[in-house]
Amino acid sequence: MENYYLGVDVGSVSTNLVLIDDENNILCKKYLRTQGKPIEILKEGLKELKEEIGDVNILGAGSTGSGRYLADLIIGADIVKNEITSHAISSLNFIPDVQTIIEIGGQDSKIIIIRDGIVVDFAMNTVCAAGTGSFLDRQAYRLGIPIEDFGRMALKSNNPVRIAGRCAVFAESDMIHKQQLGHNQEDIVWGLCQALVRNYLNNVGKGKDIKGPVMFQGGVAANMGIKRAFESQLGLEVFIPEYFDVMGAVGVAMLARNEVKKKKFSNFKGLEIADVDYKVRGIECNGCANACEIVEICGDNKILARYGDKCGKWSNIKNENTKLA
Amino acid sequence: MILTFPHLGNVYIAGKAFLEELGQEVVPPPRCSSRTLEIGTKYSPENICLPFKVNIGNYIESIEKGADTILITGSCGPCRFGYYSVLEQNILWDLGYEVDMIVFDPISEGLDQLKEGLSKALNINSYKDVIKAGKLGWKLIQKADYLTQLSNEKRAYAIDSYEVDAIMEEYYKNIENTFGAEKMLKLMDEVEYSLKNIPIDKSKNPIRIGIVGEIYTIIEPFVNLEVEKKLGHMGVYVEKSLTPTKWVKHHVTSFPFGSKEENMKYQLAKPYLSTLVGGHGRETVGSAVYYAKQGFDGVIQLLPLNCMPEIVAKSILPQVQKDCNIPIMTLVLDEMTGEAGYLTRLEAFVDLLMRRREERKVGELLFGC
Repeated sequence: MENYYLGVDVGSVSTNLVLIDDENNILCKKYLRTQGKPIEILKEGLKELKEEIGDVNILGAGSTGSGRYLADLIIGADIVKNEITSHAISSLNFIPDVQTIIEIGGQDSKIIIIRDGIVVDFAMNTVCAAGTGSFLDRQAYRLGIPIEDFGRMALKSNNPVRIAGRCAVFAESDMIHKQQLGHNQEDIVWGLCQALVRNYLNNVGKGKDIKGPVMFQGGVAANMGIKRAFESQLGLEVFIPEYFDVMGAVGVAMLARNEVKKKKFSNFKGLEIADVDYKVRGIECNGCANACEIVEICGDNKILARYGDKCGKWSNIKNENTKLA
Repeated sequence: MILTFPHLGNVYIAGKAFLEELGQEVVPPPRCSSRTLEIGTKYSPENICLPFKVNIGNYIESIEKGADTILITGSCGPCRFGYYSVLEQNILWDLGYEVDMIVFDPISEGLDQLKEGLSKALNINSYKDVIKAGKLGWKLIQKADYLTQLSNEKRAYAIDSYEVDAIMEEYYKNIENTFGAEKMLKLMDEVEYSLKNIPIDKSKNPIRIGIVGEIYTIIEPFVNLEVEKKLGHMGVYVEKSLTPTKWVKHHVTSFPFGSKEENMKYQLAKPYLSTLVGGHGRETVGSAVYYAKQGFDGVIQLLPLNCMPEIVAKSILPQVQKDCNIPIMTLVLDEMTGEAGYLTRLEAFVDLLMRRREERKVGELLFGC
């Protein structure tokens, strides 16, 4: 029987699961919307995975994404890694001499600069979401275009309309104005793509030395309009890996494989955990003026973890050796 | 007259004991909490820097506990801090709080004013008493900083880093019920003893990170989202470029020449920034070079949103990064309490530094350099 490794990426917008083998082949992948219910969606994903592949040998698991600690509690990860490292690891596997990784997800965007196979610099969007997928989502909704058709539509344009990209609010009013003037939809859509890329390069990519090969991944990489806009503004070819939307999960699955080979055992609880009932309870601590909101997660009638406090009164009570930060 | 002052990390420990030694009644503000920030943002101008908002929160929480006189230092450099006292007093008066504000401006602004402020705040009967209390206060500041640094160091080496947190949390709680310098020093000795007895793993060779940036943000853990603690739990040894001890050395005990360390940092910053840009912009650049020269693995700059001096420094740091071959990351801080993104950046930065170190080791083995 083949050996497989599970990678889980719980992000703000999507929850992704992949199974890879020893040669980095992807057996199956799941891309689900998190919808603000990470635990349920993760369980659902595991269940689907189980139904699809049946009984396989899963030797280890890893978790990444902003919900990585939560995912770790549920699946029993061998390694918990941040998104930046995970993305870098998987990209290096696809293009070994990659020098720049552009990753645009639902709520955040990142740039990772790699030289000689090592991450030397990175940046994430700071306080503004104008350069991310949710911005496009919103504008597509306004225009009444399904987000899936957005990119294809942009490619049809010959005459882009300039749209302010600095701020999502400005972009929206600018766009409405251009609509009222009677510009056709393709041109507006292409203008939006260019605005997003401009915003990304000015905010996230500011001061970074962007060299080819450039890789583009994350949910927004499905949008061919954005790819074209990057290529025209950077003057470089932009590569999109086949599994662009689950690269983080692939990376952490690869890390989990190394980890399990090193330590010779796995913490992974098995796909059966999809049937365990998890309960989440909120507690407001009255110990001090911070009034921290404590989250308590129970499964199998055991307290798995508590976190959310500043002082450590709750989160330090743990029976496992994983560190919740 | 019941005195209070805004929070600045662990300074309240020394400040409280110093004033108590002089027979003054002191109400230090409660430790900064979400409530402090909430009050502060409600009554402060929206686009003022973060320290101002926390100050206002501190004052109001102290006033609720009975304080009627506020002590604060002044400044006259090109940084908004110089206007803090004036603006803060007006805000408090508008809110109907009848409080006095005693501002200690630098001597260059007039000796008489400073003298008057001091005699009012310190209830001076004899200068002998003041000097005695001052010496104790200075000892306390140094000791408090020493404990903070010791806890940072222990976190990096400890087998269970959470033990350090438990001891420090207990220490902060006990401070509130400790009065006078003697007892405070005794408490500190006890804490030092417990910290030193935490089981450590000496074989660890932790990643070393220097923290540079705006002074308030570096010193006040609530504002920097406890960056030292977070890094410590990742097994990182943290050193801060600015501490209350360093500030007092530079501005008080070495007056008017300035401390050796700060002057050295000015020299290091000189090729990049040869003049004062307000706040601690020049020190930020100098400290980054300093940590690179000391062989640190990386540097983190803390920047409260829209702090002008630090923005100047930030734009210079990429050049320092290139010249000194040391990764530098800037963290922008504001009222946010969602820590996930912040944690991701810190973790990724530590990963980056570890990988660099590994690569270097391989390089040394291969090429013997």
